[in-house]
Amino acid sequence: MGRVNFQIWRGTATGGFQEYATEITEGMVVLDAVHQIQAESANDLACRWNCKAGKCGSCSAEVNGHPRLMCMTRMDEVLKETPPGRAVTLRPMQAFVPVRDLVADVSWNFEVKKRIKPFRPRQPDAADGTWRMAQSDVDRVQEFRKCIECFLCQNVCHVLRDHRKHDEFIGPRFLVYAAALEMHPLDVEDRTDELRKAHGIGYCNITKCCTKVCPEHITITDNAIIPLKERVVDRHYDPFGSLWRWFHSTDKASGGPSS
Amino acid sequence: MAEFQTHEHDVLVIGAGGAGLRAAIEAAAGGVSVGLVCKSLLGKAHTVMAEGGLAAALANVDERDSWKVHFADTMRGGQYLNNPRMAELHAQEAPGCVHELESWGALFDRTRDGRILQRNFGGHAYPRLAHVGDRTGLEMIRTLQDHGIHQGIDVHMECTVVELLKDGSRVVGALAYDRERGRFRIFRAKAIVLATGGIGRAFKITSNSWEYTGDGQSLAYHAGADLMDMEFIQFHPTGMVWPPSVRGILVTEGVRGEGGVLKNSLGERFMFNDIPEPYRKSTSDTPEEGWRYVTGDKNARRPPELLTRDHVARCIRREVREGRGSPHGGVYLDIAWIKERIANAPDHIRKKLPSMYHQFMQLANIDITAEPMEVGPTTHYTMGGVRVNGDTQMSTVPGLFAAGEVAAGLHGANRLGGNSLSDLLVFGKRAGAHAAQYAKAHGSGAIDIHAVDTAAQKALAPLDRTGGESPYQIQQDLQEMMQAKVGIVRQESELQEALVELDKLKARAAKASAPGNREYNPGWHTALDLTCLLTVSEISARAALERKESRGAHTRDDFPDKVAEWGKFNLVFRRGTDGGMVVERTPLVPLRDELKQVIEEHK
Repeated sequence: MGRVNFQIWRGTATGGFQEYATEITEGMVVLDAVHQIQAESANDLACRWNCKAGKCGSCSAEVNGHPRLMCMTRMDEVLKETPPGRAVTLRPMQAFVPVRDLVADVSWNFEVKKRIKPFRPRQPDAADGTWRMAQSDVDRVQEFRKCIECFLCQNVCHVLRDHRKHDEFIGPRFLVYAAALEMHPLDVEDRTDELRKAHGIGYCNITKCCTKVCPEHITITDNAIIPLKERVVDRHYDPFGSLWRWFHSTDKASGGPSS
Repeated sequence: MAEFQTHEHDVLVIGAGGAGLRAAIEAAAGGVSVGLVCKSLLGKAHTVMAEGGLAAALANVDERDSWKVHFADTMRGGQYLNNPRMAELHAQEAPGCVHELESWGALFDRTRDGRILQRNFGGHAYPRLAHVGDRTGLEMIRTLQDHGIHQGIDVHMECTVVELLKDGSRVVGALAYDRERGRFRIFRAKAIVLATGGIGRAFKITSNSWEYTGDGQSLAYHAGADLMDMEFIQFHPTGMVWPPSVRGILVTEGVRGEGGVLKNSLGERFMFNDIPEPYRKSTSDTPEEGWRYVTGDKNARRPPELLTRDHVARCIRREVREGRGSPHGGVYLDIAWIKERIANAPDHIRKKLPSMYHQFMQLANIDITAEPMEVGPTTHYTMGGVRVNGDTQMSTVPGLFAAGEVAAGLHGANRLGGNSLSDLLVFGKRAGAHAAQYAKAHGSGAIDIHAVDTAAQKALAPLDRTGGESPYQIQQDLQEMMQAKVGIVRQESELQEALVELDKLKARAAKASAPGNREYNPGWHTALDLTCLLTVSEISARAALERKESRGAHTRDDFPDKVAEWGKFNLVFRRGTDGGMVVERTPLVPLRDELKQVIEEHK
């Protein structure tokens, strides 16, 4: 494939693109090219990576403007989409504050997760303290549990990327996380109230950008977000359901039917 | 101390993979304040890469299984150099740890009656590995992470420890820098748990990420702790070999557990040609019987592909060296063939091995449901490490604990697949509990500010130097040298050469320079990692030179046989009073009579 030119973002928010060239051989992925440039001509080029096999979700960046895992993006495919004579561009995820070069500050995501009510299992099924579950029930949530927390979905969500609603909306990753908990065969916690209010599920207008970029091919919008929206609607906008629940609630002192 | 930000915790855990997270959770449950530092973001540690499963004698699939069989399997796999107390505790406590993980939300694949499903793996007599397809490690680390963040643990992400701080003989803290800004931080702690993983980055072909530079082993050694069994490095038999940029990436043993077979370029299942004596009785003679075994026939014996990793790796190396390898220097691993035996085989493979399917499709253009993979050995795991007390996981330095891959003892000369994830849980939990106890029983020590200053100055040196060599080049040369001379098969002359080379590399590393400033500068980080890599590489090379026999993962061309006398010792390294390396042959931890009997019963 020969020598390939790259435009790589250097510096913080006030940085700029710098040009590098490196030799690309068969089978190389974008992360290999970055490592090669790092070793050859830019020792201090900052990027995150770990497993190099699409399992840890560390090396998220924007390759030619597309949010991708650098370790799973092959150079031959990138070159096919790069117009002749143009350099391959690499920049950090844009929905987050840049740290340096290809590294973005994703710490917000870790804070968001803490705000979601944790797993709470039902009483064990067997005398020895264990549970019984059907494989089919397990399968239903496995899709969500495949998430590698690369935050590419957060990066493309316009609510976060363009409207910067980081304080009001938890983003697709954490809606998937909430869905995994809500649909967990053992979980008995109820998160619908928070989903509607603090987690801002209403902000999602199902444009499915998140689903398109998911490297684990999780059907984020259809399988996680929409069912959660339905759950919220059932709970909060169905007056008969609300009344029924209120009459059967053991804890009526805490207030009337939720609206 | 003005220029150093200081954090104070009762227990400091270094490393946030499975062992570190489990230790932190347990320490917090013990009612002490806990800090957790990790070099990457939370949840990205190498545990995430574990594919096959987590070994625990739940006996859900085969009721003949029990902790005793698991114990005997672990000891046999480790060629009896294991710390038997650790192997015993591990086998007994692993099932409880799996259930505990389930109670925190982990979702394992199920049996028909709704219990946790278990799969076959090399060296395990019965199906024993609880698993989730081929992404068990992700399930485990995410469960621990998601549970851990609600336990009041202070997490310091992207933070690297460069030195342990001592007050007299005990550890009382650590000096670290945050990667983002490059600022130094002092962590004061009454007890410290090392959970930093292995040393795989010392080798060129490795399944390990940049993080596995032997930090914990090196920190412990320089703090005066004993390191043990450092000659035993596991080369996993099946890593990817093509294309070159993915060389070394792991191909799970689960492929063979699901019926995958190894073939050479002649199409021969060469594993049938060399079955070691201790395993002859339990290994099948025919492909037919092997297939019956992987499909659950309890009367069948396991196929030779599921022999221990050290042996399979050596057989693959032999095939390649004798000219029967695949085009890119590996052998063939074929799971696609099962279509001859079962209907809808491609769907079955994609369901059982989804990430393997994905990995080969995306990185190598290979559809594993239709064609064989090319695989070869890759550096995978460090059996050796910090010598610890089997019950408490405390090292020979008071207040310093170690758990998981960084600790030695459980696996002896060779680790069985699946015993790592259970190791992380069982001994992470123990280390956390005992560190908390230690912290409660001891006050804070004094931090020696001169030691802090010296360590900080040393750490800054690569940034201050100009015109020196690139740390990347030195790391690369080290990896190539270790691969060539301290690799899968060793011999005296090459090991001697390795020691000479290591001296030269040390001299080069001392003059390396890292351009740029302190903020998120991977060149500087690489320069600092070299200190650890060089320390552990030297100890491994010296240990390999010292052990004049072949046993488990340690194979000597010049001493090809196992020697009974060597079966009585572990090799222990520590820093001498003059700063030089002291090596000692330490008698094995004695095997109690009742455990001896367990081993005999399950021979």
